[in-house]
Amino acid sequence: MNHWIPFWPRTAAINGIVVDNLYIAEVAVCVLILAMVFGMMLTFGIRYRRGSTASRADRAKKSWYFEIGWTVGTLVAFLALFVWGAAIYVWLYKSPAGDIEIYAVGKQWMWKFQHPGGQREIDDLHIPVDKTIRLVLASQDVIHSFFVPAFRVKHDVVPGTYETVWFTPNKTGTFKIECTQFCGLQHATMTGDVTVLEPAAYAQWLTRQGVHESLAQQGEALFREQGCSGCHDTNSTVHAPTLAGLYGSLVHLQDGSVRRADEQYIRDCILLPRTFTVAGYPPVMPSFAGQLGEDDLLKLVAYIQSLAADKDSIR
Amino acid sequence: MSSIAVDPPRNYASEENTIASWLLTRDHKRIALMFFASITAFFFIGGAAATLIRLHLATPAGLLQPSVYNRVFTMHGVVMVWFFLIPSIPATLGNFFVPMMIGAHDLAFPRINLASWYVFNLSGLVLLYALVMGGVDTGWTFYTPLSTIYANGYVFAAAMAVFINGFSTIMTALNFVVTIHRLRAPGMLWTRLPLFVWGIYSVSVVMLLATPVLAMDTLLLAVEQFLQVGLFDPSHGGDPLLWQHMFWFYSHPAVYIMILPAMGVVSELIACYARRPIFGYSGMTIAMMAIAVISFFVWAHHMFVAGISIYAAVVFSLMTFFVAVPSAIKVFNWTASLHKGSISFDAPMIYALGFVLLFTIGGLTGLMLATLAVDVDVHDTYFVIAHFHYIMVGGTVSAFFGGLHYWWPKMTGRLYPEMLARFAAFLTFVGFNLTFFPQFILGYLGMPRRYYTYPPEWQVWNVLSSAGASILAVGYLLPLFYLGWSLIWGRHASPNPWRATGLEWLTSSPPPTHNFERTPVVAIGPYSYDPEDGSYTTQDGVRHV
Repeated sequence: MNHWIPFWPRTAAINGIVVDNLYIAEVAVCVLILAMVFGMMLTFGIRYRRGSTASRADRAKKSWYFEIGWTVGTLVAFLALFVWGAAIYVWLYKSPAGDIEIYAVGKQWMWKFQHPGGQREIDDLHIPVDKTIRLVLASQDVIHSFFVPAFRVKHDVVPGTYETVWFTPNKTGTFKIECTQFCGLQHATMTGDVTVLEPAAYAQWLTRQGVHESLAQQGEALFREQGCSGCHDTNSTVHAPTLAGLYGSLVHLQDGSVRRADEQYIRDCILLPRTFTVAGYPPVMPSFAGQLGEDDLLKLVAYIQSLAADKDSIR
Repeated sequence: MSSIAVDPPRNYASEENTIASWLLTRDHKRIALMFFASITAFFFIGGAAATLIRLHLATPAGLLQPSVYNRVFTMHGVVMVWFFLIPSIPATLGNFFVPMMIGAHDLAFPRINLASWYVFNLSGLVLLYALVMGGVDTGWTFYTPLSTIYANGYVFAAAMAVFINGFSTIMTALNFVVTIHRLRAPGMLWTRLPLFVWGIYSVSVVMLLATPVLAMDTLLLAVEQFLQVGLFDPSHGGDPLLWQHMFWFYSHPAVYIMILPAMGVVSELIACYARRPIFGYSGMTIAMMAIAVISFFVWAHHMFVAGISIYAAVVFSLMTFFVAVPSAIKVFNWTASLHKGSISFDAPMIYALGFVLLFTIGGLTGLMLATLAVDVDVHDTYFVIAHFHYIMVGGTVSAFFGGLHYWWPKMTGRLYPEMLARFAAFLTFVGFNLTFFPQFILGYLGMPRRYYTYPPEWQVWNVLSSAGASILAVGYLLPLFYLGWSLIWGRHASPNPWRATGLEWLTSSPPPTHNFERTPVVAIGPYSYDPEDGSYTTQDGVRHV
C-alpha cells in the first residue's frame, strides 16, 4: 500500500478503462465550462466594478442571438455526452454469456458467492484474470447493491428478481466489494474482497476448496429432496413440462404470453407456478415460496440450466 | 424623493403586538416571519445532525454507534429536505415579498396561509416525536422493503410527518398561484413580473402537481405496513421498485422546488448589484417554466442501477440532459448580466455570485450523473452527495441567505453590518467548497454514502471535509448573531436602501400592514437600472437619479 493521498481509484477491468475514458472526458468538459463561466465572471467583475472607468455604452440589447446560440451549443454538447454514456451503459448492462457464471446472494450484511463447481465463499470472491465473469445477483431480504470500484461496475440487487453484472478483470490483485444501497444497521460492513488470480493460481484455488459436487449437482440433489423430480422427471406419470432443454428456450404460457426461460423465469416458476402456468399443462404445481432460500433457489436454477446443456449434447 | 411617510411606528410588526395578534394574524408578512422562526429551528436541528455526521466521519472509527449514526443521517435528510429547504424561500421570502412585488395587499387566501403555518408546525411536531421516540434508520428515501419490514425505527411517524407537511406545501403553493394570477396591480403584466415572482410561480406549479404523489406514497407505505397488502414487498407480491418510482416522481421535482425560487432570488440580486437589466429576461422566464415542466420527466435517473429496463434508462438519461439545457441558459444569462454593469460586491451580491459558481459546479456534475455509464460507477457514492449539496446548499441556501440580507432592511427596517455580512458570505463560500469538494474525490474513489466507517486511506479527504464543515458552521451562525444584533442596534433603513426597482421598495421599511398606502400602478418591467449614469427607474415609472 502506498502512502500517497489517494486521488484516483485503481482500475482493474476492461469495463473500468472504458468508463474512465468517458469520465476523464467529462471532467475536461466540466473544467472547460467552469473556467469559461468563472473567467467571465472574474473579468466582468474586475472590469466593470463600481467606479471603474470602463465604458458601459452599447450594451448588448438583442439577446436572442445569444440565447439561441448557447441553447443550441449546449444541446449539441449534451447530446454527444448522452450518446457516449448511453452506448457504454447498454454495453455494460447487456450481459454477455460470460466465461464463468457465478451466483451471488446478498443478505444483511454479507455477500455469499456460489461457483459453478460448487465452491462457496462469503465476502470473498476468487476469479481468474482475463476471463469474462457473469454474476447473477439475488437478495435474501432488502435491496443491496453490488459494487466493485476498481471494475467501475455496480448493480442493485432487488429482492424478488435476479440481476446480472459482468466484468473482465485485466489485473491480478485484491479489490474491494461494497454494498452501496443502504441496507440497515451494518450496511457499512457489507464489504468484501474480490481476488483476481492468474489462471494457474485460480485452478489451484478451486481444487483447494475440496468440493466434490458442482453447483448443478447440488441442485440436482435438492431437486430430488424437494420432490420436484416426482413430476418433472422424464419418466414421471404426472403431466408436467419437461425441463431438459428448457433454459434459453421460448415458453408459451397459459395466458397467451411468451417468456424466455432465463434465470428469472425459472425462479418465478418455482415461487409463483400458478402465475406462469405453461400452455397445455394443468395448474397443479405447488408454490415453493418461503421454503427455499435464495442460495437453494440458485442451485435449482443452476441444475435446470445444466439440463439445457445435456439436451445440446444429445443433439 | 423626500416623500417618505413620517409615521414610522405604524408598521405591520408594531401595529398590534400581543401574542394573539401574531398567532391569529392573517398578514402574509407576519406569517412569513413565523415561518422564518419555524424553519430556522429546523435548520439548527438539521445542522446539528450534519455537525454530528462530520464529527463522526473525521475518523474511520467514528464517534457514534452505527445505529445512532444511521438515525442521524436519516434525520438530517428528512429535516433539511422537507422542513428547511422546500419551505425555505417560498414560505418566507416568497410569502413576504410576492404580494409586495406584484403590488397586492396580501395573498389571495390569508387564512389558508396561516393554516399552512399551523399544519407545517404540526408536521414538525410529529417529526420531533419520531426523533425523540428513537428516530428512523432508513435514510430519508424510505426505500422498501427496508422501511416496511426490516427497519426498527419510527418510520410510520416520520412518514406521517412528511405526509402532513405536504399539505402545508400545497396550501402555500395554491395561494401563490391564485395570488399571482388574480392580484397583480394594474399594469403588472406577466412580461413585467420580477423574476423572483416567476420563480415562485413556477415552483408553485411544481409543488401543486408533485406533492400529492408524495402523499400517496406515504399513505401506501402505511397501507402496506399495517394491512399487509403487497405493494412494495416482493414476499407479498409487491415490487420494491414501485416505491422508488413513486418516491422519485415527487422527490426529483422536489429538487427543482428547492432551486427555482433560488434562481429567482439570484436574478433580483444580480440585476440590482450589477446595476443593469438582467440579460435575456424572457429567456429566463421560459427557462424556468421549461425546468418546471421537464422536471417531471426525469425521475428515473435516480434508478439507473436499480434494475429498470435499459431502454427506460436511456430515455430518462436523455430527458435529464434536456432539463440541464435551461439551467445552462440561466447560468450564461447571469454571467452575461455582469457585462458592462456597475458591479458592487455587497454581501447579497457575494452570495449571488457564489450561488452561480456553486450551482454551475453542481449542474456540471449533474451532467456527469446524467451520463449513464458514469452514473453506474458513482451512483450512491459521495460523488452524488457532493453533487446534490452543491445544488441544495451551495445553490438554495446561498440564495436564501443572499435574499435574506437583501430584503432584511425591508422586513425589519434595519440595516445589517455590511462588512461582517460580507465576511460571513465569503466564509460560507470557502467553507462550503472545502466541505463538499473533497467528497467528489471520495466518491470517485468509491466511498459509498451512508457508511458509518471507511478504510483509513480515505481519511485525508474526510478530515478536509469535516474541517470545511466547521468553517461553514461559523459562516451560518454569524448571520444569526449580527442580524439579531441589527434588530435592536442596526441603523434605520430608508424605504429603498439599495436603490432597487421593485414595487416592494416603494413603501416604507418596514411596510405598513396593507403594504401600500395606495395601490401602485405599474408602468414598466423590472430591472430598469442604468450603469452609465447610476440612475434607475422603479416599476411605477418614476426615474431616480
